[in-house]
Amino acid sequence: MKKLVVKVTEVEALSPLVKRFRFEDPKGAALPVFSGGAHITVEMPEGETIRRNSYSLISDPYDGSAYEIAVRREDMGRGGSRYMHTRVQVGDEITISAPANLFQLDLRARKHILIAGGIGITPFLSQLRQLDMEQKPFELHYAARSRAEAAGLKLLPEAAHIHVHISEEGARMDLGAILDGQPLGTHVYTCGPDGLIKAVADQAARLGWPKTAVHSEAFIAPPPGEPFEVVVRSSGQTITVKADQSLLEALEAAKVEIDYSCRGGACGRCQTHVTACDGRIEHNDHWLSEDERAEQKTIMPCMSRFKGARLELDL
Amino acid sequence: MPKTVFSPSIDSRPTYPGLVSQGAVPGIMVADDAGAAALIDLATSDASVMDRAHVLLIGGAETTATRLGNLTPKALHSAPDLEAAAPLFDSLLLDARMGTQLYLAGSEGLIGFATARATAAGLPLDAIQSEHRGPIGRRMKCVHCKGITEDVLTDPFTCSHCGLTLFVRDHFSRRLGVFQGVCVDAETPGDIPETVEIRA
Ligand code: FES
Repeated sequence: MKKLVVKVTEVEALSPLVKRFRFEDPKGAALPVFSGGAHITVEMPEGETIRRNSYSLISDPYDGSAYEIAVRREDMGRGGSRYMHTRVQVGDEITISAPANLFQLDLRARKHILIAGGIGITPFLSQLRQLDMEQKPFELHYAARSRAEAAGLKLLPEAAHIHVHISEEGARMDLGAILDGQPLGTHVYTCGPDGLIKAVADQAARLGWPKTAVHSEAFIAPPPGEPFEVVVRSSGQTITVKADQSLLEALEAAKVEIDYSCRGGACGRCQTHVTACDGRIEHNDHWLSEDERAEQKTIMPCMSRFKGARLELDL
Repeated sequence: MPKTVFSPSIDSRPTYPGLVSQGAVPGIMVADDAGAAALIDLATSDASVMDRAHVLLIGGAETTATRLGNLTPKALHSAPDLEAAAPLFDSLLLDARMGTQLYLAGSEGLIGFATARATAAGLPLDAIQSEHRGPIGRRMKCVHCKGITEDVLTDPFTCSHCGLTLFVRDHFSRRLGVFQGVCVDAETPGDIPETVEIRA
């Protein structure tokens, strides 16, 4: 994976829980441009371990002068977002991956409907700039609990096709009304909690939308859990995965080569074959099917954990 | 004439699995004279499929139009050929809402043409059903002059625009809804293989 060293040039609180970060090339060179919906992986070194979290880019895809991300502080998480909130300062140099995109707009669509729940607004912030630039018709629907928590408000332009639904103010999002009667060739994109993604998919199916017109991204950081051990088949090495570490991070710390992109259980890149499993895999990804989960023959190390006596991976 | 079964080919060669009713939802149906039989079969399997369907008959006989009219679709439109049908088809696509089903039946040329226009209007392929009926003539695009020759039945054939002798390839462009024709005697002009009928 191509890496870039960048300098933090702005840090701004968008809401009590969400901060915006701006990164620029230390020498002022242009960064690679990207497409709306792309993410970067940020490296967060802490002692011996390097934690890596992926964040959607929220800045203008065509602007190579800087990348921006918005990070919500998750106090129940493994510490990645806390690191961003408490340790990263203007002037710091940090390492990031080059942008990759797992949530691209289908530009053949005649119209785009973007539906965001909470911090799920982030990938749409870059997409709406792309849609404006390409002059594609779109609607954005952004649902948040309260105005104070709606970090996206500061970053959204005022426009007739941008709708904000604040549930505390009684302005709940009506998915039926949003999806019904849209012109042929409309695509819908959802980013946010699982419940929202499922509700949009169900509503679209009820209205006879083809599956390929329905897109979603459930980008979540891996959850912490109980520590567990894993055996690497090729070397016989036993590795301990700490409570606040993901299996992928533990493998990386032990210098085991493993591919990844999203680090959020969405892209399938880290999929690993399980050669022995005496116990239960806690599948936290969005990649494997129900059947694959039940078989316990594959695992997504970026998200999933294990409880039991022995887990051996084909690595 | 029954549904055509094609021999296996490269991945880009389209396949036409046949029409299956999605019930009384809004529909757009496009068929030629041979394809009309597939619409009649479709309506026989489920009469309600016609309740909200616009049927567009292309180059069909008077009797075919009558038979389709007897299925009582929401509307029946006719056009003499694909080019003439294009503006009407486009306006049906423009007025349609998500959830509309597209049913295409007839020649490869018709299916390719309508699929290309529908995908250009933003419709994903999984909302399009198709069934091949009738002659296996292909809609061929000359890779040299870009001209399109309809209903090509032999290989090689003569480009109706630039007159080159073209080889019929299975290579298909979804964007244009055409197969590619490539000059057969570019290396040795005049060295033309024997003309054969193309097969399904
Ligand atoms: S890295 Fe994307 S699914 Fe694991």
